[in-house]
Amino acid sequence: MIDHKSVVKKAGQIFDEVFIDRYRRSLLREQRNLEDFFALLCFAELLGLPNPISYYTIELYPYFYEDFHAWHKRMGMEHSPLAGFPCC
Amino acid sequence: MQAILVAIMGLGAFVIGYFLYSKFVAEKIFRLDPAFVTPAHELNDGVDYVPTNRFILWGHHFTSVAGAAPIVGPAIAVIWGWLPAFLWVVLGTIFFAGVHDFAALVISARHKGESIGSITKVILGPRAKILFLFIIFLLLLMVNAVFAVVITGLFLNFPGSVLPWLIQIPLAVAIGFMVYRGKAGIVLPSLVSLVILYFFIYLGVYFPIELPQTLFGLDRAVVWILLLFLYAAIASVLPVWTLLQPRDFINALQLFVALGIGYLGMLIINPTIVAPAFNDPPAGTPPLIPILFITIACGAISGFHGLVASGTTSKQLNKEPDARFVGYFGAIGEGTLALLSILAATAGFATLADWNQFYADWSGINGQNAFVQGVAIFASGLGIPEQFAIIFASVMIVNFAATTMDTGVRLQRYIVGEIGKTYNIPFLTKSVWATLIAVGACLLLAFSAEGGRGGMLIWPLFGTTNQLTAGLTLTVVSLYLKKLGRPIVYTVIPMIFILVMTTIGMLMNLGTYFSKQNVLLSTLGIVILGLAFWLIIEAIAAFRQNQPRGIER
Repeated sequence: MIDHKSVVKKAGQIFDEVFIDRYRRSLLREQRNLEDFFALLCFAELLGLPNPISYYTIELYPYFYEDFHAWHKRMGMEHSPLAGFPCC
Repeated sequence: MQAILVAIMGLGAFVIGYFLYSKFVAEKIFRLDPAFVTPAHELNDGVDYVPTNRFILWGHHFTSVAGAAPIVGPAIAVIWGWLPAFLWVVLGTIFFAGVHDFAALVISARHKGESIGSITKVILGPRAKILFLFIIFLLLLMVNAVFAVVITGLFLNFPGSVLPWLIQIPLAVAIGFMVYRGKAGIVLPSLVSLVILYFFIYLGVYFPIELPQTLFGLDRAVVWILLLFLYAAIASVLPVWTLLQPRDFINALQLFVALGIGYLGMLIINPTIVAPAFNDPPAGTPPLIPILFITIACGAISGFHGLVASGTTSKQLNKEPDARFVGYFGAIGEGTLALLSILAATAGFATLADWNQFYADWSGINGQNAFVQGVAIFASGLGIPEQFAIIFASVMIVNFAATTMDTGVRLQRYIVGEIGKTYNIPFLTKSVWATLIAVGACLLLAFSAEGGRGGMLIWPLFGTTNQLTAGLTLTVVSLYLKKLGRPIVYTVIPMIFILVMTTIGMLMNLGTYFSKQNVLLSTLGIVILGLAFWLIIEAIAAFRQNQPRGIER
């Protein structure tokens, strides 16, 4: 006997992936752009831009560590641009 | 001739093409490797690079490439009779478009998901990259102008489609907002939005919105074009996720519904093709060869597909062999839509006399109207009232074309901004000015076509630039294959064929523009011809070199 509930659920999933997922990803992309900008603000001092609040943003560095490689790649820099922030 | 028979022959040929030819290309030419680590896995970032199931990816790819163009082109080309258009769509899809889309996908996947533009720079050199940018800019210019004229034609002939078109805008925004807010349960709201859209199509039948013959001393066709570009200008500066993308999603749903209704309805009412296999076209129609090959671009081969394949699809390829299904079968999906358009424009008429009357004058053909009427007749087989089905089909094309205009103006704005940055013209980098310039250029072109009514004057220009883009992609692919020591004949022959056809076709079009003393179109024609020659020279030079530039694998 076919489980109707799971069939409906599966169909809903496929519908979601075919039609909605692409759209949802563009929202994610938008979010990523904002976060990239925030990262830029945090690393401003290291890139030579004066940042009045670097005393506070420096505390955020550990949280950036995991995404840092992807971030500098996205920003068009092949290797870590920051001397004090080793990456690859 | 029964339309069903023709449909079966066409679809049968597609199936054979997929199972035999694409298999041959995949195994012997590209030698796809299941073990190859695709960019989706290598660079997985959860946003752009995401490994995706091949059926889902096919859905994305197909709905991105299918639009108004594969409907309008074939519906015009049947003026030479149904057989030439049918043969070009079927053979073009199997041997040209399928291989082209497939190849663009594979070559992009082998270059870390980069676009054809970047790959051109790697394989053909920086000069070719500039050539590529020029072609793209012209392609966008043509697309916007042509589609504004197409929509205007539909609004004038089927004023009932204005209301549903308007309602789709808030509907799309609302759906977009729901996706943004909610996590699950988007299926029901989506279906509800479709029901609302169909309700407004039904309302549109009773409340057609017609402009007066002249408004502020302007013809109403002119007013519609102005309004459409005003809309496109505003829509193109909004973030993509507010209007453009949720609307794309409703369009994708509509596409599948329309294909289903069209083919099923045809199966039930079993119409006869009233048009002759070979028609003796009315005076003033250009010769079949080469103009057929630039009238039907999308649906037989289209450079635009390569841009989509290498722009987004290649970044989501799960396994390399999936490229065959996604790329080649994506082209077949488009061919299926073009085939429906041919059948609607030849079997959707009651008598041969009606058909002859519709196709009485080359420069005045509104191909989209033939499609709309034909699909409405097919839909009546499913018990859908004809006047409702007419608006349904018309709204579908309007929405496809409007979404494309939105994207087109947006991309043109980026290019204008880029030019401003490169040549240090600061005001061009301002979004307002860039948009105005983009829209202004398109408007000029749209009006050069006899006050916005003669779409046929600029349609061949659109086909030509589209084919040139495809020619460039095929050149890049062939050079890549040459470097690998694989047979290149399967990509070089389509390349030579379309480059020769577009060049001859463009020369003939130039003759028309000169005789009409149309300065703008003549200039554009000369520019396009120049680009075509440039591309041919680049291709010959590249093939004569023994070592193509920096190819990695």
